[in-house]
Amino acid sequence: MAEAGKILSPPAGRQKERSDQRLNVIGTRMLRKEDPRFLIGRGRFIDDITLPNMAHAAVLRSPHAHARIKSINTGAALALPGVVAVITGEDAAKETGPLPCFANPTVEQRCVALGKVRHVGEPVVLVVADNRYIAEDAAALVDVEYELLPAVSDMMDAITSRGDAVLHPERGPDNVAEHRNYSFGPVDQEFAQAAHVIKRRLRWSRSGGQPLETAGSVASFDEGSGKFTIYVNGSMYNYIGLTIATALKVASHQLNIIPVDAGGSFGSKLFLHKVAVLAALGARAAGRPVKYIEDRIDNITACDNHGSDRIYDVELALDAANRMTALRYKVVDDYGAYFQYGLGTHGNGFSQTVGPYKIRAVGAEIYAVFTNKCQQGACRGFGSEVTNFMIERIVDAAVAELNLDPIAFRRDNFIRPEEFPYQIPTGNLYDSGNYPGALDMALQLLDYDGWREKQQLARTQGRYVGIGVASCQEKGVFSATEFWMLNRQPGFALTSSPESASIKIDATGKAVISLHAPCWGNSPETVAAMVLAEQLTMDPADISVTYSDSDHGLPGTGPGGSRYTVMVTGAITGAATIIKEKLKRVASHMLEAGPHDLEFRNGKIGVKGASGLEVSITEVATQAHFFRLSLPDDPDLTSGLDASYTYDHPLATLPKSDSDFGIFYPIMGHMCHMPVVEVDPKTGQVSFLDYVAVHDCGTMINPMTVDGHVRGGTAQGIGTALLEEFRYDKNGQLLNTSFTDYLLPRISNLPPQVRIGHLVTPSPYTEYGVKGAGEGGRMVAPPALISAIEDALRPLGVKIDTVPVTPSRLRALIREAEAKSGRGH
Amino acid sequence: MNGSMDNQDVNITVNGRSYKRRIEPRLLLSDFIRHGIGLTGTHVGCENGVCGACTVLLDGLATRSCCTLAVQADGRQVETVESLGRINNLSPLQRGFWEMHGLQCGYCTPGMLMLMTELLRENPNPDRDTIRARLNDNICRCTGYEDIVNSVERAVELMRGESSRP
Repeated sequence: MAEAGKILSPPAGRQKERSDQRLNVIGTRMLRKEDPRFLIGRGRFIDDITLPNMAHAAVLRSPHAHARIKSINTGAALALPGVVAVITGEDAAKETGPLPCFANPTVEQRCVALGKVRHVGEPVVLVVADNRYIAEDAAALVDVEYELLPAVSDMMDAITSRGDAVLHPERGPDNVAEHRNYSFGPVDQEFAQAAHVIKRRLRWSRSGGQPLETAGSVASFDEGSGKFTIYVNGSMYNYIGLTIATALKVASHQLNIIPVDAGGSFGSKLFLHKVAVLAALGARAAGRPVKYIEDRIDNITACDNHGSDRIYDVELALDAANRMTALRYKVVDDYGAYFQYGLGTHGNGFSQTVGPYKIRAVGAEIYAVFTNKCQQGACRGFGSEVTNFMIERIVDAAVAELNLDPIAFRRDNFIRPEEFPYQIPTGNLYDSGNYPGALDMALQLLDYDGWREKQQLARTQGRYVGIGVASCQEKGVFSATEFWMLNRQPGFALTSSPESASIKIDATGKAVISLHAPCWGNSPETVAAMVLAEQLTMDPADISVTYSDSDHGLPGTGPGGSRYTVMVTGAITGAATIIKEKLKRVASHMLEAGPHDLEFRNGKIGVKGASGLEVSITEVATQAHFFRLSLPDDPDLTSGLDASYTYDHPLATLPKSDSDFGIFYPIMGHMCHMPVVEVDPKTGQVSFLDYVAVHDCGTMINPMTVDGHVRGGTAQGIGTALLEEFRYDKNGQLLNTSFTDYLLPRISNLPPQVRIGHLVTPSPYTEYGVKGAGEGGRMVAPPALISAIEDALRPLGVKIDTVPVTPSRLRALIREAEAKSGRGH
Repeated sequence: MNGSMDNQDVNITVNGRSYKRRIEPRLLLSDFIRHGIGLTGTHVGCENGVCGACTVLLDGLATRSCCTLAVQADGRQVETVESLGRINNLSPLQRGFWEMHGLQCGYCTPGMLMLMTELLRENPNPDRDTIRARLNDNICRCTGYEDIVNSVERAVELMRGESSRP
């Protein structure tokens, strides 16, 4: 069992580059290297890939939530001029195996449904034709006979459904995918001794990343070599891409995956296996390259990327001094029809399940259920955004019920800055933090007291103004244990999550960095160039960045879980260290000085303390590449200048037991958001009067791009809180399959300005002290905003337990509250 | 359905260059631009006119190319992102987006640039509210829009200094 508290003998780290050194490039507002190509329309997105003689695929999708496929008649489709291939589930099963699944026991999902469909939008037939228009025409000519089965749409019904309503009967007699119970610390004892217990039922509805670019793939099959080449706008191809080869029934070296720019992901393209397998299946059948790009309906109904969908029953125990002592919850999570990442999103949540607070014990009962919906994937936060919502909602509930001050209560319960590294009850470690500091910065930036006065004035005028606060964690840098540690039997117990970088300096002194993960709308080229420029005192303009395919890829896990900047910084630092050593060796012969007497300065290598005695990196590079005979006859001193380095997780341990998961997500960012809103009680509209966002992601490589992530993540969190929800009816029909009714935030839905504050508490474990920053905004905005709306409506006594709180939902809550109090709008 | 209407001859001018093609009447303008003549800077996001990623200028007016048939552009002028500045000579609007971090993944960016090109031609000195009102036409999933507004304001400054061309 893990005991919560400060760790007295902290684990030794591998940090080489300390955070307290003077830095020249890191920390500057360098303009992004990626931008010019995007600004002139020369990004290279998946639909920009065109291969000679390429055909196009379309997918016929199930209109039913749950049905047996009785027969498929493809005759009319095949007869249409321009149609190349029409592939049913039975055809596909001859050529492909099940799609990758990381649950154990596994849940079988096919790229084209075999025998049964389990959600609206599931592929039933793949059509390949000369162009997309013909492929869609042909799909419409396919005749499918279905025998309807009972559809399960409500997650509570899923627990009790039996018989034909069971989605995966081979896995058991019901739709419970997993049911697990966890106890970390003395939960029952703390609740028995509690002075107060606060309870709430909370609802976090299903939403998704919904990037503007859908998922897609262009595949070709070379019969001569038996090898597939697949372009896809997903990630993790240098990590688990070989599972796509398995699905295609070829050896891993018979598949090369080529990355492209991704038009946004937000988790949804974390690991795109289905589109890749569909395009490859089509290419092998057609004997031609095949492009398959999801349309928006394909993407919304079947991209395997819906986010968490949960109902929580939460209890919080407090002692007589109003210190939170224990948290206990039962959660039901609707995973949809399949289970690709198993209980990973709940494993993730255990990394920060007590938030920034000194809660000593946690009890968790988790039901994961199957329903006839699109399966869950990753969505910015990977489950921990819901954990944050749960914690901050129950904190606000305690504040309201016990009539406490929301600021003082949080401050009194925070882990103190001197208590790091801090172990939480689940066993995970928080490396560093300053939570009161973030709170204070937010209070000051907002002029909290000033807004409280304005709020009082507004209330006397009959206006509903509210101030929200949320203090949340942003876990960074996953180790892979979260994906399997909640399995009864671990299954494939992956423990690696590396990232690599390769650096080549050519004979003229220009550098090329190869990254082993794709460009995802983050700024990997900018980050990598800045770190290398810092290391070598080079001009970042002399550094270019490319992305390796899987044939040339080194271990790389890719962007996700707010890990990439931390990890690629470690990889570049490692590779640069090797390059620097070689540069110094060559320079030492040119300068006739010992390597240890040399230093890097302004793109040169010089003798310490001798300002004129130096050679440029370019001169050394030319020497290293072209003039071997000018150097000593040392077999270790080979021609050229290149290095690769694979950086492993900076601090992770194995799970010890079901009550101690070890260190698995320790690089802990933090944020404090304070929105000020006004609610129109007649319409349920929420408008923003102010918004302050304080983030602590340690050392910032580029403050401009961190601000961009904070603003963009916050916008997405506001969408989650107010607008976004995939709505299924009781028959499992998805009611909003386009952006006409699945609402993404527009500028008019958002604060005119998000005022950002940065606190810098560097990690002692990562290079330069960098922490993750990619997910934070979405992980804190929902509870902050709901807190503000509830505060605005406090005179009416409205409690909000559900997101999104759409205008109609808010009106219903207001009506209910008014009915109780006898007032009306 | 395919072949139910005869193909038509069109002459569409894109970025000042005339393209004479024989096309299916149902061909979307976005597909004509991207795949017919290979200008892949224009992107398709939602395919029903909501997001504006596919925005081009049709006779100077911001238009959803995913909801426009290519035959509707016959005899007309289309402007796409490729008509703006080039890599070593970015236009003030592109430069503004670069300097103020007006893009992250870059997918909505061409549509945003064309929408703002229309605005800046109408009004070379828009205030913040005017920029925000026009930006409400298009969706960006990455930035939260604030840096796009800052980018357009920066472009207005640059236009004053350099030229009046957005």
